[in-house]
Amino acid sequence: MNVKNFMELRIPSKSQNEAFARVATAAFASQLDPTIEELADIKTAVSEAVTNSIIHGYEDCEGIIIIKCRMDEHGVEIEVRDEGKGIEDVEQARQPLYTSKPELERSGMGFTVMETFMDEVEVHSEKGKGTVVIMRKKFASLAKGQGVSGNEG
Amino acid sequence: MDLTAKVTGNILICRVKGELDHHTAEEFRDFVDRGLENNPVKHLILDLTHLSFMDSSGIGVLIGRFKKVNLRGGKVAVVNENNQVSRVLEVSGIYDIIKSYSSISKAVNDL
Ligand SMILES: Nc1ncnc2c1ncn2[C@@H]1O[C@H](COP(=O)(O)OP(=O)(O)OP(=O)(O)O)[C@@H](O)[C@H]1O
Ligand SMILES: [Mg+2]
Repeated sequence: MNVKNFMELRIPSKSQNEAFARVATAAFASQLDPTIEELADIKTAVSEAVTNSIIHGYEDCEGIIIIKCRMDEHGVEIEVRDEGKGIEDVEQARQPLYTSKPELERSGMGFTVMETFMDEVEVHSEKGKGTVVIMRKKFASLAKGQGVSGNEG
Repeated sequence: MDLTAKVTGNILICRVKGELDHHTAEEFRDFVDRGLENNPVKHLILDLTHLSFMDSSGIGVLIGRFKKVNLRGGKVAVVNENNQVSRVLEVSGIYDIIKSYSSISKAVNDL
């Protein structure tokens, strides 16, 4: 990835930060002139990953969530990291409708939403250590060869 | 989040303004459940015209309300959701159990 710009956010795992995290990430990504729909996709995916860190990663205790965002000439890469309890079986966790918290009215659709709204979703997790979700999205407006790259021609 | 409710016949109509995520889900759930408990209604219409954002937390809450209303033999309908909300509902398969309408009167007539 030929990183052209980046940002990093560190927030405590409080639910009132969910809206802040998705809006801040979308504001950063908007530098690349995405469509309204692409921005909504990013907001939705970030909301899912951050909410998961709060509800599942840190459960009842408070921890730090780190959100990193990088952009290149194609689009954005967003990383959401927690040092919470981790996921024992990532493949199972990513299955639609799988949730470890049905009693909280969770539907088990968070990862499916991330996968639907972003181009790529990687999940790395270790039990007791934490979870990192890396999501990538290319923007249609950047795909038409109207290069942003400075050393063309 | 801004919530208002009214009763038309045996239908509870709740209007929600703001964003439905994990942070606001409980407030939304409690408001709708109070409306269902305190009124002799069968059906539930959720006016989503002014709901600007929803994630999977909203899916869970909607399915939970559907189960409650379904138990009393009623139906749940959503009205006028925006594109982002509609895509989240679509992914979750919720449209199989909750129908969407372009206006409250259309939903009322169909229930
Ligand atoms: N950051 C995390 N730390 C620990 N466990 C996680 C994390 N993210 C996800 N999980 C696990 O993966 C499961 C599936 O996550 P997913 O977001 O798809 O569904 P959910 O959060 O349970 O429900 P929903 O997102 O629909 O409200 C969770 O129930 C949880 O067990
Ligand atoms: Mg989730």
